[in-house]
Amino acid sequence: MATPPDSTIAISTSGLTKIYGDRAALSDATFTVPAGTICGFVGPNGSGKTTTIRMLLGLISPTSGSAYVLGEKISQPENYLPRVGAMIEGPAFYPALSGAENLKVLANLGGFPISRVTELLEKVGLGERGQSKYKTYSLGMKQRLGIAAALLPNPDLLILDEPTNGLDPSGIHEVRELIRSLARSGTTVFVSSHLLSELEMICESLVMLREGKVIFTGLTQELLKAQTPLIVAIPEYAVDLAKLVGIVTAAGFTSKVVAERLEISAPVDWSATLNRLAFEAGITLSAISKVLPSLEDTFFEMTGDAQ
Amino acid sequence: MINVVIAELRKLRRPTLLLSTLLTVGLLSGLFTSLVFLRVGAKGGNGKRGEAITAAELSHATGFLYGFKLVGTFLGLVALCVFASQTAQEYTYGTLRNLLVRQPARMKVLAGKFISMKIFAAAMVIFAGTITISLSYALAGHAKVSTSLWSSGAAMHLLAQATLNIFIQTLSFGLFGMILGLLFRSPISAIAVGVIWTLILETILGAVISSTSKWLPGANFSNIGEGGSLLVSYKHSLAVTLCYLLLGSLIVSVLFKRRDVAN
Repeated sequence: MATPPDSTIAISTSGLTKIYGDRAALSDATFTVPAGTICGFVGPNGSGKTTTIRMLLGLISPTSGSAYVLGEKISQPENYLPRVGAMIEGPAFYPALSGAENLKVLANLGGFPISRVTELLEKVGLGERGQSKYKTYSLGMKQRLGIAAALLPNPDLLILDEPTNGLDPSGIHEVRELIRSLARSGTTVFVSSHLLSELEMICESLVMLREGKVIFTGLTQELLKAQTPLIVAIPEYAVDLAKLVGIVTAAGFTSKVVAERLEISAPVDWSATLNRLAFEAGITLSAISKVLPSLEDTFFEMTGDAQ
Repeated sequence: MINVVIAELRKLRRPTLLLSTLLTVGLLSGLFTSLVFLRVGAKGGNGKRGEAITAAELSHATGFLYGFKLVGTFLGLVALCVFASQTAQEYTYGTLRNLLVRQPARMKVLAGKFISMKIFAAAMVIFAGTITISLSYALAGHAKVSTSLWSSGAAMHLLAQATLNIFIQTLSFGLFGMILGLLFRSPISAIAVGVIWTLILETILGAVISSTSKWLPGANFSNIGEGGSLLVSYKHSLAVTLCYLLLGSLIVSVLFKRRDVAN
């Protein structure tokens, strides 16, 4: 049973479980999201991300376990949802209403000032298309409207499910900047995405799911530190790659040929030895460097998924 | 609750829905009233199920209400379709999750929806009443019908009574549609089931076993609109309607409150 968290914790779950029939969509999930940070929520499709988000928003009830959002039990969503903005599983609006009218419906519903609508449409770059019907919007515009709707309550906690889906590179950059600026002003952002590199760039902490189970929760930097850096060696001639693999294997390390380079799992200070051994074998290395694994590599390493 | 009502009215007043509903109601009102007055004395009758309404009968204090009462059942069917689609579309568009995030008290969402649709139904009934009564006055001369009793105190009392009855009838059909919308979670299924049940199945059942008409929901809703009949009293229809709608509302309220919003 989770104890009510203090104001430094925006979300905390303890043993949160959701079972549909004989399938566990989420199993014994325990994690916390510190207040005022950007926390990434990562996992392959069907890993239970949306189920978790729906439980946090009071849309579905957990089979067992407990959770608190902004210090309130999730069984009483009316106590915290007025301070939460959310976009779940992409935007969903009334096609026959304009973007502005759709936001006004939600503003009326939540008791927020209608004046926020114009302000938010401008903020997400829909100022000129606010009066157009939602059904005429592109996927990117729909996504922007979803983000505007999530910002209506001027939230303490913003929950975004795949917010950059359908956006062009400049749109992705804008959303990333928006999330950063919200976090700077004290808003906690809990963002799920399949673009792991996207989360690596903006998230201070991460919750990783696989098959309904939390496999990592902590700081992004901690995750990156969890894996040994790789040595990347590029021989002058690609034909020397096989000989180079032989040298690495003989030294007791593992390696992987990627394109015309060799990625070696070995301590970084072994680079000098490698350079000498390669020279003695008549191989000239055109480059030798240390590479930190990306979050994506770490993620696939941990989840065991093939890239 | 008032926030939900305002939000729902914003959806209901969208031009496509509002204008198409008013156009349908206007056309039906015009059609039925014209038939009553233009076919006075015609073979095959000018009333419901071939009933013949004479100019003398139309000259009574109730004369200007024939068209209004005739269009009543159709107002109910329009309400059934509007209420069912407005409720079920929240599931098909996936907008229910937005509604419940912004207003987590689910019963307030449901009650607010019902109140807003009640206002919509009231507007529909008043509009139909205005069209049918105006047209009755306009066509009275052509049908050689005297209108002197139409503005009497008794006529005003009957107008108030008919308006209330048609409003209850419209609301009953609408709530029936809303219940179906919540059960089926698809506008097409809810409307199809509602209309097929009301127009086809109840007619067949009533024709095969006449005693069932007394207990069928659609027949009783319509009977309220007509102010009761010789076969089934107004009070009986009101009681049966109340039982059906209370039971249906209770079931869908429990489902709506407890069901996971997983789409």
